[in-house]
Amino acid sequence: MEYILIIISAIFVNNIVLAQFLGICPFLGVSGKVKTAVGMGGAVLFVMTLATIVTWLIMTYVLVPFEIQYMQTIAYILVIASLVQMVEIILKKISPSLYQALGVFLPLITTNCAILGVAILVIQKDMDLGQSVVYAVGNALGFMLALVIFAGLREHLDKLPIPKGMKGVPAALVMAGILALAFMGFAGLV
Amino acid sequence: MAKKESTFFNMTLTLFVITAVAAVALGYVYNITKDPIQKAKDEKLKTAINIVVPGADKGTIEESKLSVDGGELVMYKVIVDGNCIGTAVKTFSNNGFGGLITVMVGFDSEGKIIDSNVLEHKETPGLGDKTSKSVAPWNEQFKGLDISQMKDQMLKVTKDGGVVNAITAATISSRAYCDAIQRGWKAYMDNISKAVAEDKQPDTDETVNETETDVEQIMEETNNE
Amino acid sequence: MNNLKNFTKGFIKENPVFILLLGLCPTLGVTTSAINGLGMGLATTFVLVGSNVVVALVKKLIPDKVRIPSFIVIIASFVTIIDLVMAGYVPALYESLGLFIPLIVVNCIVLGRAEAFASKNTVFSSLIDGLGMGLGFAFALTLLGAVREILGSYSIFGYKFINTDGILVFVLAPGAFFGLAYLIALMKKINK
Repeated sequence: MEYILIIISAIFVNNIVLAQFLGICPFLGVSGKVKTAVGMGGAVLFVMTLATIVTWLIMTYVLVPFEIQYMQTIAYILVIASLVQMVEIILKKISPSLYQALGVFLPLITTNCAILGVAILVIQKDMDLGQSVVYAVGNALGFMLALVIFAGLREHLDKLPIPKGMKGVPAALVMAGILALAFMGFAGLV
Repeated sequence: MAKKESTFFNMTLTLFVITAVAAVALGYVYNITKDPIQKAKDEKLKTAINIVVPGADKGTIEESKLSVDGGELVMYKVIVDGNCIGTAVKTFSNNGFGGLITVMVGFDSEGKIIDSNVLEHKETPGLGDKTSKSVAPWNEQFKGLDISQMKDQMLKVTKDGGVVNAITAATISSRAYCDAIQRGWKAYMDNISKAVAEDKQPDTDETVNETETDVEQIMEETNNE
Repeated sequence: MNNLKNFTKGFIKENPVFILLLGLCPTLGVTTSAINGLGMGLATTFVLVGSNVVVALVKKLIPDKVRIPSFIVIIASFVTIIDLVMAGYVPALYESLGLFIPLIVVNCIVLGRAEAFASKNTVFSSLIDGLGMGLGFAFALTLLGAVREILGSYSIFGYKFINTDGILVFVLAPGAFFGLAYLIALMKKINK
């Protein structure tokens, strides 16, 4: 029950993109097509879950015992960067088809602040390993949901008559704002 | 000077040196900022306690922790010139509009509310955040309330048959605030009756030990935050 | 002259937020008030200047293949320094910026300037570039923060000028998107 609440809260109530403003760059940049959005979401789901597990273990079994929590930022970003590299190499070897689907998105993920953000948040929220994994999965799903909805809307946006000054990014941002308004309706759900 | 070759040795050496320098530099900065950070945290806690138990800034604070359903409460016993002038309880409710609400509430020796304030919340700005003193005077009405005199000994909003006037359009936030205070009050009263029971069989050694752990707990608590 | 250009380009012509659309997460996330925007902008400026200078200093000592990881470590160090300093000396601001301070490390502007500018230029012009870009970022965040604060809570830098609740939506999440959308459109117009 607790895990279900964490997932629902992460996907809808505190959506990582629309309420917490993490991962905005890929949100605005990549989402032109629904298919690409799903691919990006899948890559994020994969890396976010892995990264959260590894960084949680490092925090609990390395940084805290040695009392060097202030090395958190450096350790985390290095872990995430090397993890992304490793995932890329391994995926290439063992599952070329999956690599084909996710490969192009992987390099972009290192600088996706959603990954580092979630890894830090689970520590701030004092979650145990199980909760952290569920939280990471929930947030990744929330990211994917926001991306897919946004991509779907954006496909239509290009066909609409929009004032010249608002064309492109400003119009997309206004739409994101309306989407955020819609997601506010989920507040109080949990 | 020529650019270094990307040999394996060079790469490893470079990364190692950079990380080592970074670690040393950060250790140095950490040592400088350790005390100010600690002080800022202590200050914040003291200010929060002083709001709900006025005069706490002149006294000493004894801290103890208590596990309850779904979380942990922290009690801060405020002692001025050897007398306990009140106890601040850091309590919480998971039923806020945005989830968790943390509330600091001060009780006098009989369990009457001295004052209360929100510490952390994710309520809607302009509505639920009126639970905070810095936003609205709403929580003034809790001053002097005695929960033991209430129906079923429950603190409730008027809509639920209680005495608290809920914030307009933010009943959920107001209920959660009451819920948090209720939880803190119950724990506080349980603690008092337990203390009375323990007082009947005094054990000086144990009291000494207790204060020692209190100090340790304060250290631990502030480090964890 | 060249340095002056390096410095001023960050404000309007190559403004990281309005024109280059970099670092949008903190831009949207912390700008509920002008002071938060300014604080975040200055923290980022510190990291930008620091990492730009160090990268320009050591660029010849770093083999090409480990360039990016080295830059990341340098940036992360400066981020941790500002994180510790802010926690110690401006705790209230530190708390309201929260998660976004450590996240400066993944702000595309910082790594972008290290890679695109500091690894190819002298120490001094890298310093100027970092300062210009950083202040341009701070300018954008303060502006967005001011707009949201004025509309959302009828106050500016904490001084309330109309004593009622503002148009709440502007301090909430959607207001961040709306505010930024119109500021970008406005900047486009000015740049023409």
